[in-house]
Amino acid sequence: MDFSFSEEQNKLRQEVCSFLEDELARGLWKPACDAWIQAYDPEFTKRVAEKSWIGLTWPEEYGGQERSFIDRLIVTEEMLRYGAPAACHWFTDRQIGGSILKYGSEEQKAEFLPKIIRGEMYVGLGMSEPEAGSDLASLKTRATEEDDCYLVNGQKTWTSGAWFTNYIYLLARTDLDAPKHRGISEFIVPMDLTGISRIPMIDITGTEAWNDVFFDNVRVPKEYMIGEKNKGFYHVLEQLAYERGGMERLMGNYPLFDALIRFTKETKYNGKTLSQDTIVRHKLAQLQVEFEVGRLFMYKVAMVMDEGRAPTVEASMSKAYATTFEQHLANTAMEILGPYGLLWAGSKYVPFEGLAAHSYLGSKGYSLQAGSSEILKNIIATRGLGLPTS
Amino acid sequence: MNLVLSEEQEMLKKAARDLLEERCPKSFVKQMEQDDKGYSPELWEEMANLGWMGLVFPEEYGGSGMSFLDLSVLLEEMGRACLPAPLFPTVVLGGLPILDIGSEEQKRQYLPKIATGKAIFSLALIEPELGHEPKAITVEASPDGNAYVLNGTKLFVPYANVADCLLCVARTSKQEQGITIFLVDAKSPGISYTVLKTMAHDKLCEVVFEQARVPKENILGQLDKGWPEVEKTVKMCDVAKCCEIVGNLQWVLEDTVAYAKDRKQFDCPIGSFQVLQHYCADIYTCVEGARLSTYQAAWMLSNGLPCDKEIAIAKLWITEASPRIFNLAHQIHGAIGVTQEHDLHFYTTRARAIELGYDDATIYRETVAKEMGLA
Repeated sequence: MDFSFSEEQNKLRQEVCSFLEDELARGLWKPACDAWIQAYDPEFTKRVAEKSWIGLTWPEEYGGQERSFIDRLIVTEEMLRYGAPAACHWFTDRQIGGSILKYGSEEQKAEFLPKIIRGEMYVGLGMSEPEAGSDLASLKTRATEEDDCYLVNGQKTWTSGAWFTNYIYLLARTDLDAPKHRGISEFIVPMDLTGISRIPMIDITGTEAWNDVFFDNVRVPKEYMIGEKNKGFYHVLEQLAYERGGMERLMGNYPLFDALIRFTKETKYNGKTLSQDTIVRHKLAQLQVEFEVGRLFMYKVAMVMDEGRAPTVEASMSKAYATTFEQHLANTAMEILGPYGLLWAGSKYVPFEGLAAHSYLGSKGYSLQAGSSEILKNIIATRGLGLPTS
Repeated sequence: MNLVLSEEQEMLKKAARDLLEERCPKSFVKQMEQDDKGYSPELWEEMANLGWMGLVFPEEYGGSGMSFLDLSVLLEEMGRACLPAPLFPTVVLGGLPILDIGSEEQKRQYLPKIATGKAIFSLALIEPELGHEPKAITVEASPDGNAYVLNGTKLFVPYANVADCLLCVARTSKQEQGITIFLVDAKSPGISYTVLKTMAHDKLCEVVFEQARVPKENILGQLDKGWPEVEKTVKMCDVAKCCEIVGNLQWVLEDTVAYAKDRKQFDCPIGSFQVLQHYCADIYTCVEGARLSTYQAAWMLSNGLPCDKEIAIAKLWITEASPRIFNLAHQIHGAIGVTQEHDLHFYTTRARAIELGYDDATIYRETVAKEMGLA
């Protein structure tokens, strides 16, 4: 047992921090909550790529560093701590690259992985549909084999960042007669193919967060199918563990936590700083405890990944836990700020750029995206504890 | 970073579990609840022969020179078995402070006895007025020739009824910090004890000192400067208690899941109902948090790293999570869980006793707040 980081890992963390400090000092971007999913900055992504921090765990032959998932977690943890605009490469680095690595053909690996590592490939997720949310396997988008391609028709929804992504990871039905879990395949689809269109969706914070993506007779070349035909659902279950298992579930709002702590130290009320008030201190201490335990959950997930296992149960646990923390954080921030917490970015009197209000509303979606907490608890109970389904 | 036990620790864990499953069934736990001593000298001897009491002490004092982390593994198994035995007060409250600040002579005198199970130790710290600061210590030790004379009352002293030696925390000066730790022969005149009736039947005692004489050479550490060691011991003890409770909670998780798989209503196992599945998932998450935070603190302590914050986190997590776990576990068990026919009650009572021992959540929240720079 060893809860410490190696010297090399401490050095890596230091390098990432120095890089981000330097970026901040140059005024290249401002720290933001949810920046990992909402702040798209291809130039930032390319600068991260130059540092070789994308595809960190992948084999050297594709341009990776063959480093551990703990190392990767160190990099992402610091990106989140600084609220850096990493959305362009986040999904691709987190789950798509790994999926291609595991299930893709040699040609696909050679084509896509170096491109991801160079910070040039931004992949959106085409999983959910209007009628297929938690019950993902009931999806209806069809991919019909035709000559040298699959003809795709249907609608995807909740796709983040479809206005800048140049590819979409698509789950589509390739066998209409098979049981629903066994007739689904995976594709990597270039977004510039004819027949793909999108309608943005505005989330509860007023941000253009997601998209409906429509496929109208889109001809997807056969070589863009990932892995075995009709096995896509089983592949994606594994991918979802990687989607769920990251620090973004815990630290997506770290800039708020940081700002809140500073605010209580600097703001006086009845002659004392807020941080001297026992109730405020204890609320923040409670958050810190929840945060630090969450961090241990995350490192445990990375450790499981390093063992070569998909952290299905561990990531379900860490995500369900961490989104509750994020909601608690936002709620506590609002409580401490009182009516100032209601103020939106840009308003007169707004404390720390409206992060609290943004988080409070935004956090309602955290326990829904990437597996609702209910689905995650089902997984913990059935796969983790062996409880029966009937 | 590596969050799993070593092979050696896994072996220790397995050996402990095997022995305790055989020698410490719930019928034995129940029997010890009614027993005057509250432990079995035969089992105690067996534990001593396995080297459990000496585990953490250097070989030169009769121990096997293993680490606090190794001891943690053992404590977890004891918590899992609800083992009634004075190992915790003897080793953690007695032996470790002696190892830390005892004179060479004291170490040679006491540690081999502890390591071989020949003596039972305990710590007389808490007083009827409670409190977590030096000013809460009012039991007085007044110099009288070559001795000090102790007067006053201590409470919640574990296994004082069978202790051979008490570490008594007493006031030796009017200065607030003027606290001294004495090694007191528990059988000497002027010391009486009463076993308190507690929820967990865990032999917590009142100890009354009435003109009890302690030789001057029995001061542990320095005169008037005992408080830092008290604080250190309390922290170590809280980590040790967290380890016990992790074992306790692990049993509750496994037992509750097994019950949910087994118990049928509406023609199917109740564990197939989503509400109960989510209760189980919540218990599992709480237990994992307890385990990770506790072992983090134990590992740091074991490696001599500063870990006030990590100890606080483990203790605070457990203070919040444990009652939640028990509420859910009882809900899943239904009415049988609130009877003495089922074993769950052994854990419910012991967990609560462990949570409430020593430094409480308010103190630890302050520790975390301080570490966050909130002032």
